[in-house]
Amino acid sequence: MRIVHYINQFFGGIGGEDKADFRPEVREGVVGPGQALNQALAGTGEIVATVICGDSWFNENLEEAKATVLEMISKYSPDLVIAGPAFNAGRYGMACGAVAEVVGKQLGIPVVSGMYKENPGVEVYRKYAWIVETGNSAADMRKAIPAIVEMVKVFAAGQTPAPGTYIERGVRVNYMADERGSKRAVDMLVKKLTEQAFVTEFPMPEFDRVAPNQPIRDLSKAKIALVTSGGIVPKGNPDHIESSSASKYGKYSLEGVTDLTAETHETAHGGYDPTYANKDADRVLPVDVLRDLVKEGVIGSLHEYWYATVGNGTAVASAKAFAQKIAEDLHNYKVDAVILTST
Amino acid sequence: MVKEIERAGIPVVHVCTVVPISLTVGANRIVPAVAIPHPLGNPNLDAGEEKKVRRNLVMKALNALTTEVHGQTVFE
Repeated sequence: MRIVHYINQFFGGIGGEDKADFRPEVREGVVGPGQALNQALAGTGEIVATVICGDSWFNENLEEAKATVLEMISKYSPDLVIAGPAFNAGRYGMACGAVAEVVGKQLGIPVVSGMYKENPGVEVYRKYAWIVETGNSAADMRKAIPAIVEMVKVFAAGQTPAPGTYIERGVRVNYMADERGSKRAVDMLVKKLTEQAFVTEFPMPEFDRVAPNQPIRDLSKAKIALVTSGGIVPKGNPDHIESSSASKYGKYSLEGVTDLTAETHETAHGGYDPTYANKDADRVLPVDVLRDLVKEGVIGSLHEYWYATVGNGTAVASAKAFAQKIAEDLHNYKVDAVILTST
Repeated sequence: MVKEIERAGIPVVHVCTVVPISLTVGANRIVPAVAIPHPLGNPNLDAGEEKKVRRNLVMKALNALTTEVHGQTVFE
């Protein structure tokens, strides 16, 4: 079985966040985690080429990235593609998912990946990829590799992975049932009424959506607040917000602040190249422009505090809890609307 | 975070670069930004031009906040 492996700039040995804008490149043979995969796949398949792309470049140039990577992959006529594993790296997971989408649609071959269940790539792309559930960091590589290898072996044997060995894809598959639908439905209902256990044939997807609030009527009277997941904090990061998997958020005064500078503010975020934000944090938290707009009377006022956390592998439950507290505070200060910026 | 602020009854606009993630987390008003490490800036421009880019994006965000929407809306 011929396999092409897709990895990011970090696992490709190109560099860290400073190289996240690395354009796609293809290498013959294995690179990085491909080595362990190849060893474990001996006798089943071989990684014939590795495509490496920077996580930021891929996500910022989605269409071009998909087309370029597809072209690189298809030249090697693979039978299967492995993407990642991406663990809880959001941009990497999104890239692996997008590769799965385009490869699946254009080449019709399976794409196997590995991700942590909260990686946004799971939610967006799970129907295109066969995703093995991994831990939330590369420390789980030891367990992720054998799981991916097992799945590749299933495909190599001409079979389809068994449900439960991958993250549910939300793909419906036809099958012949012994009894017709009405009978099965009534059986289920009877079980439910008699409080017996039964298994639904179609679990309802969970949609947690919030309806949009009414717009602001008069901007010139509105109090606007700034919130960011981009980690902008006063220089020195006084609350020690973690660079990844943040356990807290900070609330900081904007009193007398009209412009964020390299001397006064910085980013605590460890998931993107901090060079630009450290030089001028207005690039993430636009305080300078909002001050101008207050002066010009375009908006009523800027809320006297901003709120920041680091959205980098941060648990969804944590982010939810931070935002609930922030919202409470915003209500106390009678804030009318929020601009939330993300990197 | 966007969704929880919205749930609390405060209109919110999400300015971000990776729009598919924003759609997945359930933001209702979305303004696509410049780039991941500098969503509201462009270090290749001189300071004056860069601030214009930022102002333009903030104005889009404010416009989104004053616009009635009935579902997830991306303000290109």
